[in-house]
Amino acid sequence: MKTALFRCCITSMGLSQYETSSNVVLRELGIEFVDINDFNCCGYPLRNLNFRAYLLSSARNLALAEQAGLDILTVCNCCYGNLKYAEHVLKESSSTREEINASLKSLGLKYSGTASIKHLLGVLHDDFGVETIRKRLKKTLDGLRIATHYGCHLLRPKEVVGFDYGFPPVKFDNLVEAIGAVSVPWVGKYDCCGSPLWGVNDELSMDLTRKKLANAHQGGAECLTVTCPFCQMQFSKIQKRIIETRDLNTALPCVLYPQLLGLCLGIDREVLGFEEELPEAVRTHLRDIEPEASHADEQAV
Amino acid sequence: MFHKAALLLALAVFGAGIIIKVSAWFRYSVGPEKADLRVSRRIAAALKGIGGTFFSRKVLTLIRTFFLEVIFQSHVLKEDLLRWFAHMCIYGGFAMLFFLHVLDNEVVVHFYPEYASTLNPFLFLRDAGGALIVIGIALAIYRRFIKQTHRPMTSRMDIAAMVMVGAIVLSGFLLEATKITSESTFQRMAEEYAGQTDAPELQALESYWVENFGVVSSSLRGPFDKATLAEGKTSHQINCAQCHSSAQWGFVGYAVSIPMRPVASALDGAGITFFLMWAHYLSSLFLLAYLPFSKMFHIFTTPLSLMVNSVMDGQGAPANVATRQMLELDACMHCGACTLRCSVAVTFLEFPNANILPSEKIASLKKLAAGKVLDPKELRAIQQGIVLCTNCNRCGVACPAGIKLRDLWFSARERLLQHSIEEYQLLSPLAYYRGLQRDNIQENDYQKPLDLALKKVAGDTSGKGPLRAGEKTMLGKLNTSIQANSLSECYRCVTCTNSCPVVHNFKHPGEVLGLLPHQIMYAISLRYWEQVFSSKMLWDCLGCYQCQDNCPQRVSVTDILYELKNRAISRRYDELT
Repeated sequence: MKTALFRCCITSMGLSQYETSSNVVLRELGIEFVDINDFNCCGYPLRNLNFRAYLLSSARNLALAEQAGLDILTVCNCCYGNLKYAEHVLKESSSTREEINASLKSLGLKYSGTASIKHLLGVLHDDFGVETIRKRLKKTLDGLRIATHYGCHLLRPKEVVGFDYGFPPVKFDNLVEAIGAVSVPWVGKYDCCGSPLWGVNDELSMDLTRKKLANAHQGGAECLTVTCPFCQMQFSKIQKRIIETRDLNTALPCVLYPQLLGLCLGIDREVLGFEEELPEAVRTHLRDIEPEASHADEQAV
Repeated sequence: MFHKAALLLALAVFGAGIIIKVSAWFRYSVGPEKADLRVSRRIAAALKGIGGTFFSRKVLTLIRTFFLEVIFQSHVLKEDLLRWFAHMCIYGGFAMLFFLHVLDNEVVVHFYPEYASTLNPFLFLRDAGGALIVIGIALAIYRRFIKQTHRPMTSRMDIAAMVMVGAIVLSGFLLEATKITSESTFQRMAEEYAGQTDAPELQALESYWVENFGVVSSSLRGPFDKATLAEGKTSHQINCAQCHSSAQWGFVGYAVSIPMRPVASALDGAGITFFLMWAHYLSSLFLLAYLPFSKMFHIFTTPLSLMVNSVMDGQGAPANVATRQMLELDACMHCGACTLRCSVAVTFLEFPNANILPSEKIASLKKLAAGKVLDPKELRAIQQGIVLCTNCNRCGVACPAGIKLRDLWFSARERLLQHSIEEYQLLSPLAYYRGLQRDNIQENDYQKPLDLALKKVAGDTSGKGPLRAGEKTMLGKLNTSIQANSLSECYRCVTCTNSCPVVHNFKHPGEVLGLLPHQIMYAISLRYWEQVFSSKMLWDCLGCYQCQDNCPQRVSVTDILYELKNRAISRRYDELT
């Protein structure tokens, strides 16, 4: 089924590479998507303040996708988790659904729950398939040690978001390993990046991010990868601030998964939105795959 | 004489209006008032900026913006074809009429010495210009009132603009129509241009005009015999044709004149053309005088904003940013494109505060920038509207005037937050962008509103004073809500607290956070509301769902914390009302 790409508000704050890289990777893999200009914020920032306003925001998006006969494909964990949560509430509670639908009616919309919500990683892992990705690769990140950061709203609450029921979850690790990298085990892998408190309690937010970075480093990672704009921002912009103001002296690059995948699909660095050079760790591990040659090697051995 | 005086008066008001408006760009600012932004300094910075631009490669960008965006409006076309077409009609028609009709004696005669307003192509083009405006306005009305379901609001300014332009065009067409039918106008012109002609020939000429050009004569009625018409035609060609094309070329006026024919003589006798001429003239002068104060001012300010923003990359000198933002307030023509794209506009259904909608914020910002004294209630409403924003910048991308709206909101937000009206919405990811921009905010100014919100939301914790009746019912609902009814399953195992990354961050978490998650769960069952709501833990909760997913009893710990945050804030709002 065709999907409507659900873009996140945060990418406008200096993460245009997320938009460009996910666009180009989806196109390269032949995963069809359209844009619905009418989409609004998923409602996540409103959850602290007013549950109904949050629910209404999410429900309007779901109703819009439904009206267009499309599924929603998110490129942000928070959008994913919060749309999923809204869907859960709307499906569980008929009285809430009626209330929300009464409001949506004034916009000419109705929620009935036919559009499903997917995350980029889910589409890649479950719909497209790890093996299919492997076959399409032109390059590999041979042995690059990556700290895979899932991000909270992709995983929890487990029954609500339903991305990966496994314990521990493996889907993102599978995708990281599919492109030739090693997904290293690390302490606090499934913990929060610290972003939700940025702007509210910056010190605490940086404490948590600092701890994540130190743990990833201790796990032997050369690089982090994420699929959430909030996490990416935390591990790039805020990491820079932590290095400037605190006792963290090793910078750990964080690269968006679609950018890594794009490189391995043979897409140009500029097209994927890498501003400058590739991070050194990525550059040194990126190798061409020569199917014939590698096959011949095996025979020779 | 009188008409010249009226013109001069209108021009004077127009000029004064421009001076008032433009000087305001340098006198006021949207952001927090800063001491170093004196008027003289701002004018100097602006001149320096303009000078620097004209003597650099940026001038090419300016030229490109002028043709592509100001003249052709490519950015509007990209956003919405119908809207672009409607606007091109109004603005094309307006430009045609301004140069060919308003300034005929000032401009056209220099290029075309034989110019006469009754001669083609001018006769035709004048009607074409008016017709374009009518089409454009009709489309604008259709788009605004009929087509859209989720429309931004229509303000008095919008109505005033439509009425003014409508009045000018309508009086123009009516004037033309009555002049076409008017016998007295015919006689006046015949006397002026065919004065030497004898009475029978004049009658033949009038017959010819009645027959062919729609003049309604009180004495002459068709059908006329061929000889008279032939004589009239000859006379017409000698006396009239050089300066007067067929009246049908004024196609709208002519069409309007047809149904007027039965009453034309009576209207002519009552001096209708005189009345309509003044109506047309004065309504035009009124528009001229009122223009700097109306939304039509955008015909100057919007191109200016587009061009300034095309060359002012990045932040720019603070003095110039302040000036630019004032100009931007005037460049907004309240088209509503921003609100249609707004990420949080839907919350207007939940919070009926127009300041949430970007297109409506501008009016409040104008008041704020001009230093108007606003009552706390209004300030609160503006602040709520401007903080309730994800800063996704879709408004700024959609803005046909090229206004850097996100920057505008940022400036206004910081100014408002310094008014020390507590803003609870900052205790949410809505504060995220502000955090990213903290280097552009003074250190003290950054932290102050956060501390204030935390302090006020926690309330007075010293005395546990009895709950008021309203508060009791509100809190009573907590145990029956979907999330919180799982609380009864809690068997006090402390797994929630042990799995909380925030708790783990501190050596003595209780000292920093107040009640820890499991203690909050306890306190709810004991109804220790004051302690629950004053607990810092609520606002340091990440919403990461570790506690909830780890709970062996499937208590919705995170959801309950979310619900408590909602209640903590809503009880403070309730106090206000």
